[in-house]
Amino acid sequence: MSKLTSSARSEEYAQALGLIVTNAGVLSLIQDAGRYGAFNLGLTNGGPADSLAFYWANRLCSNELNSTAIEISLGGLELTAQVDCVIAVTGAPMPLTLNGQPKALWRSFLVKAGDAISLGFTPLGVRCYLAVAGGFDIKPSFGSTATVCRESVGGLNGDKLVKKDVLPCQAVSKADYRLKQLMLPEHEQPEYANEVKLHTVLSYQHAHFSNIEKRVFFSSEYQISKHWDRMGYRLQGRAIKADVAGILSEGICYGAVQIPADGQPIVLLNDRQTIGGYPKIGAVISQDCAKLSQCRQGDKVRFEPISMSQANNMFHLNLRRFTQTQLISYA
Amino acid sequence: MSTRINDGIRLEVAGENALMLYFSDDGQESLVITPSISSNVQQATQLIRQHFSVEIIDLIPSYASMLVVFNLLEIDHHHLRNKLKTLLKQCVSVSNKQGRLIELPAYYSLESGMDLQRIAKHAKLTVTQVITLHQAQEYRVYAIGFAPGFAYLGEVDERIAMERLTTPRLKVPKGAIAIADRQTAVYPAQSPGGWNIIGLCPIDMFNAQTEPMMPVEVGDRVKFVAIDKLKFFELGGKLTEMES
Repeated sequence: MSKLTSSARSEEYAQALGLIVTNAGVLSLIQDAGRYGAFNLGLTNGGPADSLAFYWANRLCSNELNSTAIEISLGGLELTAQVDCVIAVTGAPMPLTLNGQPKALWRSFLVKAGDAISLGFTPLGVRCYLAVAGGFDIKPSFGSTATVCRESVGGLNGDKLVKKDVLPCQAVSKADYRLKQLMLPEHEQPEYANEVKLHTVLSYQHAHFSNIEKRVFFSSEYQISKHWDRMGYRLQGRAIKADVAGILSEGICYGAVQIPADGQPIVLLNDRQTIGGYPKIGAVISQDCAKLSQCRQGDKVRFEPISMSQANNMFHLNLRRFTQTQLISYA
Repeated sequence: MSTRINDGIRLEVAGENALMLYFSDDGQESLVITPSISSNVQQATQLIRQHFSVEIIDLIPSYASMLVVFNLLEIDHHHLRNKLKTLLKQCVSVSNKQGRLIELPAYYSLESGMDLQRIAKHAKLTVTQVITLHQAQEYRVYAIGFAPGFAYLGEVDERIAMERLTTPRLKVPKGAIAIADRQTAVYPAQSPGGWNIIGLCPIDMFNAQTEPMMPVEVGDRVKFVAIDKLKFFELGGKLTEMES
């Protein structure tokens, strides 16, 4: 598709004030909660790879949960504020500084016009979320601001952030309710690990995998290969075989575990293709997909089978915990 | 977890918030592409769109299946399963509507179709015969998905049907015309993919700035028309370095 050039894009936002990108880092993407209802055009969901950390960033800024934020992978993002605003950073433990002074993650704080925000590289986990009170004011495409680079859709120009991009946001004033500085209690902050367990519902073509193949799959340890991105994670380990090589291409849900002919599982994530023809043994539940997206090459995963009812319970318990956790006002 | 709705529709789990409907002529798993099954999928899509609102997030209709993604805050899989069962029992075979005929230019060659030789060898045919067979068929647009504007076309002549690559390629160029089993398609943008590439099409399969955004829609008929390299460049085609 034809892409708006960066210069055309900066013109569109030339008048706006907000945060200016002084260093884009490895991969920084504009994301809201994701693009839904556009499967008929073949557009995938996009959205935050670690949705829990994303939602926390917005809650810390007293935002609507779907507000537009930045997903930073690995680190290196540097911004300069043009307006007074309130921000919060959540997710992988990237060293965060404001004008060179270390700041804690998982809390919101005031940033003044002229301040420099900088994120170093994370020793653990992969992704961080930077939200601003009121959300970044980005025009949605196909109903969402979520950036999917492969589709050249969303964000500022369908691509990752580059130096000099302006991310418009509203200025906060003295009487503003958004000035409230909040933190997530430490014991509620997720921990990121090099090993995760992926709860998986058997589904799709699972009947095409024998009981022995299923046992191998659920009892083996898999390592994340060098191909891991927002589209999917290719794993390496004991190969498993389906009794069919391909199927009629069909819709792929978030977390689906595809088994190509080489037997090495691929877990499909936010930027996955919407349709495909490799057999699938099951699907990883959403909260574990988020954990997987915080892993990188060499990290280890295991699959654990659960029923659809257990998956349903886990979803609602997780949601309940999120909604019932109170933020602390620390200022 | 498999539920039979009627002779032609079976319901399976897909994921935490997704169910799969499989369509067939006889209640068995379908590996065959038929226009009548495809019409049934379209009929079910319309029924579901009419009868659900907030419970359904999105649908992906395909050749003989439909992925139903639902909102876990509105409905659970038990209730949705029951509702779909009641709703789709009334689904009956409908006559197969004829769509528009769209012609797509195709630059078939060894330089634009890195898998042509392999398909020819596998099929015990010459490269020219493979090209002729691919062009001879009139295809139906069975599904759109995988990537924006990716139209699944069927059915490829049995003689040149070819399994997907064992390990998908990380980069398939924009415009690549490819075969997987008895399906064929044009990659609308550069992406990873495991289909066998036989040529390049210079036409944009997806452009958000044009109306309509895609040259084809589900139900249309498509024919490929061979063009030479010069014509390919004239129509805006580009040759990029390919991963073998």
